[in-house]
Amino acid sequence: MTDATLTGTRPRTLAEKVWDKHLVAKGEDGTPDLIYIDLHLVHEVTSPQAFDGLRLAGRPVRRPDLTIATEDHNTPTLAIDRPIADPTSRTQIETLRRNCEEFGIRLHSLGDIEQGIVHVVGPQLGLTQPGITVVCGDSHTSTHGAFGAMALGIGTSEVEHVMATQTLPLQPFKTMAITVDGALRPGVTAKDVILAVIAKIGTGGGQGYVLEYRGSAIRDLSMEGRMTICNMSIEAGARAGMVAPDATTYAYLKGRAHAPSGQDWDDAVAYWDTLPTDAGAVFDAEVVLDADTLEPFVTWGTNPGQGVSLSGAVPNPADIGDSNERAAAERALEYMDLTSGTPMKEIRVDTVFLGSCTNSRVEDLRAAAEIVKGHTLADGVRMLVVPGSARVRIEAEAEGLDKIFTDFGAEWRFAGCSMCLGMNPDQLAPGERCASTSNRNFEGRQGKGGRTHLVSPLVAAATAIRGTLSSPWDLIQDGDH
Amino acid sequence: MEKFQTVTGIALPLRRSNVDTDQIIPAVYLKRVTKTGFDDALFAAWRQDPDFVLNQPAYQGARVLVAGADFGTGSSREHAVWALRDYGFDVVLSPRFGDIFRGNSGKQGLLAGQITEADAQLLWDVIESDPGIELTVDLVSRTARVGDLTIPFVIDDYTRWRLLEGLDDIGLTLRDEARILEFESQREPWRPRTLPARQVNQ
Ligand code: SF4
Repeated sequence: MTDATLTGTRPRTLAEKVWDKHLVAKGEDGTPDLIYIDLHLVHEVTSPQAFDGLRLAGRPVRRPDLTIATEDHNTPTLAIDRPIADPTSRTQIETLRRNCEEFGIRLHSLGDIEQGIVHVVGPQLGLTQPGITVVCGDSHTSTHGAFGAMALGIGTSEVEHVMATQTLPLQPFKTMAITVDGALRPGVTAKDVILAVIAKIGTGGGQGYVLEYRGSAIRDLSMEGRMTICNMSIEAGARAGMVAPDATTYAYLKGRAHAPSGQDWDDAVAYWDTLPTDAGAVFDAEVVLDADTLEPFVTWGTNPGQGVSLSGAVPNPADIGDSNERAAAERALEYMDLTSGTPMKEIRVDTVFLGSCTNSRVEDLRAAAEIVKGHTLADGVRMLVVPGSARVRIEAEAEGLDKIFTDFGAEWRFAGCSMCLGMNPDQLAPGERCASTSNRNFEGRQGKGGRTHLVSPLVAAATAIRGTLSSPWDLIQDGDH
Repeated sequence: MEKFQTVTGIALPLRRSNVDTDQIIPAVYLKRVTKTGFDDALFAAWRQDPDFVLNQPAYQGARVLVAGADFGTGSSREHAVWALRDYGFDVVLSPRFGDIFRGNSGKQGLLAGQITEADAQLLWDVIESDPGIELTVDLVSRTARVGDLTIPFVIDDYTRWRLLEGLDDIGLTLRDEARILEFESQREPWRPRTLPARQVNQ
């Protein structure tokens, strides 16, 4: 039974319920609503001027107990005990440390077991919970929506606003249901689902919407898979992505450091159970995808919407009806140095990057390790494996995954954003081509002149073995797996 | 933000129009991690010239900048306002401002008052005839006074109210503090907290 039938109120979506629950003041005449923020995640890149603004105004951080910081974007993934060489990176990290000290913010620094990508750290600590509002000065905050939280990326002046007031003035949103029914075939993952969604609705298709992912294929996903999907909602232009909490969510949370326990747990679950979208609630838009027909999906272009099934070919811009998109495709093919009609599987890569807040959790590493085990890295290819957090790294090592990767020929690194955006030394050289489990294939994102193909961890692993974009299915056909 | 009523301080004549934000603060200074410490960055390129008005001893400690038309156009960088504030300016008077710059000014407590071209000329003449002369800006009456000269300036009612009340975006929200407190008093105790840090080994 839904709470709408109990209370007789209008049926509401998951997103509306979370929003309503956090309304401090309702905006009138087009002024925004004031929304309470349950959890504020902080990292070194977007926080310094916010802290400084507080200092100038003589304001404290209102709720240090709802705020947590970690170092991720600039951290090196090698020799983490040595001073950071790049002065800008070093300054940003040192500034974060000073600010957290001064304002009483809990910080997980390089070397700490909970240090890592901010969107891996929140869930692993059990801080990310159903029905909460989460913000971070980072667009991929949408990741946390996997728990049925309203998770929004914000800018630096908003970071300061949340620090000072624990609220944000926000305009209401529209809702979009993305229903994926059926069952994913073996070798097809959450990453393939979200790449297919973005290819379908476009990089602007989600603008102004909070997406809710529904359907049997979503219900069957692990929390890690749901995080992968919600993570990339932002690549469809959406304000947030969400999945309703269920037994999978509860099982993931139970026993984590900051999850409720005892009576609190029961009270929390009683509330969480009311969150799923009511029967009869109306979405402003609906998209349907058939899980049974999905294949491994990869990008060929320079935005995450420019993707195709791995068994397909580089498209011909002439076939694209929309003139803006046609022009974008032409530019992308030139930048990517690809020719229309080339089968995706013939594309050779120099680098494979397994990491980022999209795919760097222990489940991702496990899945990739299972594929590469007993194989040898393709000639001329380098592979970086970068766990999402120090804890993930330790857990993976306990399972022997590091050994599998290094035996294979890959580099086993320390935790951080790494080659997802190349703010640290992990970068592509100009012209280099990379199969990457990250979320953005923008020009120069992974290093000036670098070329990125977004892929799942399974495709990354198979590609590392064969040297060309490949799926685990190709290995079976090769007869060697 | 402090409440703004009147400011009296040395006026600095900047006889230039189209001073874009790249001139106010060059891009190389944008790497910094603070909102302060930009005083040396203000007009950094022009200050290489020892004759530049900012370098003249009479104008040291100036608080009111009188500039030509189209001040603060170009890049949206908030750093331009931070640099002016940081140097010590509370007021910029100009016949026309870049839109984003004017918006940013209001948020940081910098009064951007619009004057006529003719009044700008009058102000420059008075200031330059007595370098270091003090000028009084009265936000209540929306006037600037220097010597015997009193001229009006234009500022929109909303920005003026916020400056008079000393309200930035955060200050505005904090006017709702009672509602925030009430909301907090009703938050469920099991909602997550980051402090104290807890360790659970699964
Ligand atoms: S891993 Fe990449 S996308 Fe994720 S937070 Fe870091 S830089 Fe951003």
